[in-house]
Amino acid sequence: MNPADPIIEVKDLYKYFGRVKALNGVNLTVDRGRVVVIIGPSGSGKSTLLRCINRLEVPTSGEIWVDGQLLTKNEKQLNEIRAEIGMVFQLFNLFPHLTVLENITLAQKVVRKRSTEEAQKIALSKLQRVGILEKAEVFPRQLSGGQQQRVAIARALAMDPKIMLFDEPTSALDPEMIKEVLDVMLDLAREGMTMVVVTHEMGFARAAADEIIFMDEGLIVEQTTPEALFSNPKHERTKLFLSQILHK
Amino acid sequence: METEPTYSVIDIPIIGEGKPEPLQNRLRTFPWWFVALLITLALTFFLVLTTQNYREAFTFIAVGLGVTTSISLISYSFALVIGLIAGMGRISRNVLYRNVSTYYVEVVRGVPMLVLIFYIAFVFVPDIIGGVNQFGFFLEELSNGQIGSALAQIENQSFSTYWRAVIALSITYGAFLAEIFRAGIESIERGQMEAARSLGMSYRQAMRYVILPQAIRNVLPALGNDFIAMVKDSSLVSVLAVRDITQIARLFAGRSFRFREAYTILVVLYLTITIILSLSVRIFERRMSRESR
Ligand SMILES: Nc1ncnc2c1ncn2[C@@H]1O[C@H](COP(=O)(O)OP(=O)(O)O)[C@@H](O)[C@H]1O
Ligand SMILES: [Mg+2]
Repeated sequence: MNPADPIIEVKDLYKYFGRVKALNGVNLTVDRGRVVVIIGPSGSGKSTLLRCINRLEVPTSGEIWVDGQLLTKNEKQLNEIRAEIGMVFQLFNLFPHLTVLENITLAQKVVRKRSTEEAQKIALSKLQRVGILEKAEVFPRQLSGGQQQRVAIARALAMDPKIMLFDEPTSALDPEMIKEVLDVMLDLAREGMTMVVVTHEMGFARAAADEIIFMDEGLIVEQTTPEALFSNPKHERTKLFLSQILHK
Repeated sequence: METEPTYSVIDIPIIGEGKPEPLQNRLRTFPWWFVALLITLALTFFLVLTTQNYREAFTFIAVGLGVTTSISLISYSFALVIGLIAGMGRISRNVLYRNVSTYYVEVVRGVPMLVLIFYIAFVFVPDIIGGVNQFGFFLEELSNGQIGSALAQIENQSFSTYWRAVIALSITYGAFLAEIFRAGIESIERGQMEAARSLGMSYRQAMRYVILPQAIRNVLPALGNDFIAMVKDSSLVSVLAVRDITQIARLFAGRSFRFREAYTILVVLYLTITIILSLSVRIFERRMSRESR
């Protein structure tokens, strides 16, 4: 891996929601193939940062470059870039009117213009990969939370994304289902997918993250390796936050 | 999404649901009113079969059923299209599209339907025809002779009251249905649009494949209710002398002075139609809620 091969570059990113300052000048570079975990208290801007990277939120100011392209208002460009960035949401956001298989083939067909057969073949291989091939024909509501989230991951992967964004993918799950989702994510990390993951699963951060970022009040407070952050946090706010989540 | 109860639908009771109850309770909650209603209808049809006056009124008025049905179906189809377009406009980010849609919906909501029908039939439609004429003259001057003169020659009088009524009902109900579609689209969680967009779909693609299928499914009962409302409101087009059942009943009454027979038949015809349609909506709703369990 080329050590300096940035695939995401965020420069001076500000995002205000009316008076609320969600992001206060964020600078971040993610190199290809790296796994970055973002932690931080609720309301610190983690989701907003992720959502700016694929423009689900429009930044107030600042630049975002994805794979060498500056994101602009151009809808066509945005659609193309979004197809390269998979996103996994806290609440799965599967399409309830479509079967699992249709959930995974829809965007392949309308965005990637793949034939139904090809899209289904790819969908089935992704389902196999997340371990629920047998659920292809059921509707999302018939699945457990963990299974739904794995379908959501398969749906994103079927687009052959270059980057995967995860926004607290396990925080809506019952405890016994968290592992099945994290295992899928660990596999992905090992295979070299570029990932930005908002999570408070410190086990996952230790095992998979190349870098860990602590955010607070719309700023990146600390950015280092997981070992360094857990053993030797530099900032008071980081220490406080870690003591809170580690002692839960 | 729950469909709000509307005044247009008969609240058809569904008997034999739930746990078996003691006879006394069952007698108290039994929908006697519905039985009485059915008996009323049966008695009237019995009169039609047995008495000359009622039979004459019935055979005369029932001729209008074709017009009432076709005007309702055609207007409702147009209203669906208008409503979908205006409903999406109501929540569009495009300022012009949104404001034009809102203007239309609010104007229709603020004017009595009868007045709207007069206005559309006698002002709006002639204006449109005038506009088309002008366009025809314009084409003629551009030496596109045939189409131009064809358009220029459309006459206001040649436009039948039937089609004026269809246009009036379509425009009126288009605004009502727009609000139903808008509510349906807004009832879909934001995450659905976001998930679709995050996969690279355009706004239109997300609307078409993700949002609208769910939204329309959610509002099908409400759409059914409004169809029933439209069947009833179609009686208003009798003011344009369109020969629907209401107009024909008026003609019959005016000619024969048998007001009781004419209007009894009219009431019973509308009641029969609304009961059948209400029952269909009800059955459909139940099937849907069972499916999504
Ligand atoms: N759509 C929105 N409208 C208004 N305020 C928002 C919106 N989204 C997020 N915010 C605010 O921005 C701040 C950062 O939110 P968020 O990025 O969701 O934080 P986190 O994901 O770290 O919990 C919070 O104060 C939140 O209330
Ligand atoms: Mg969040």
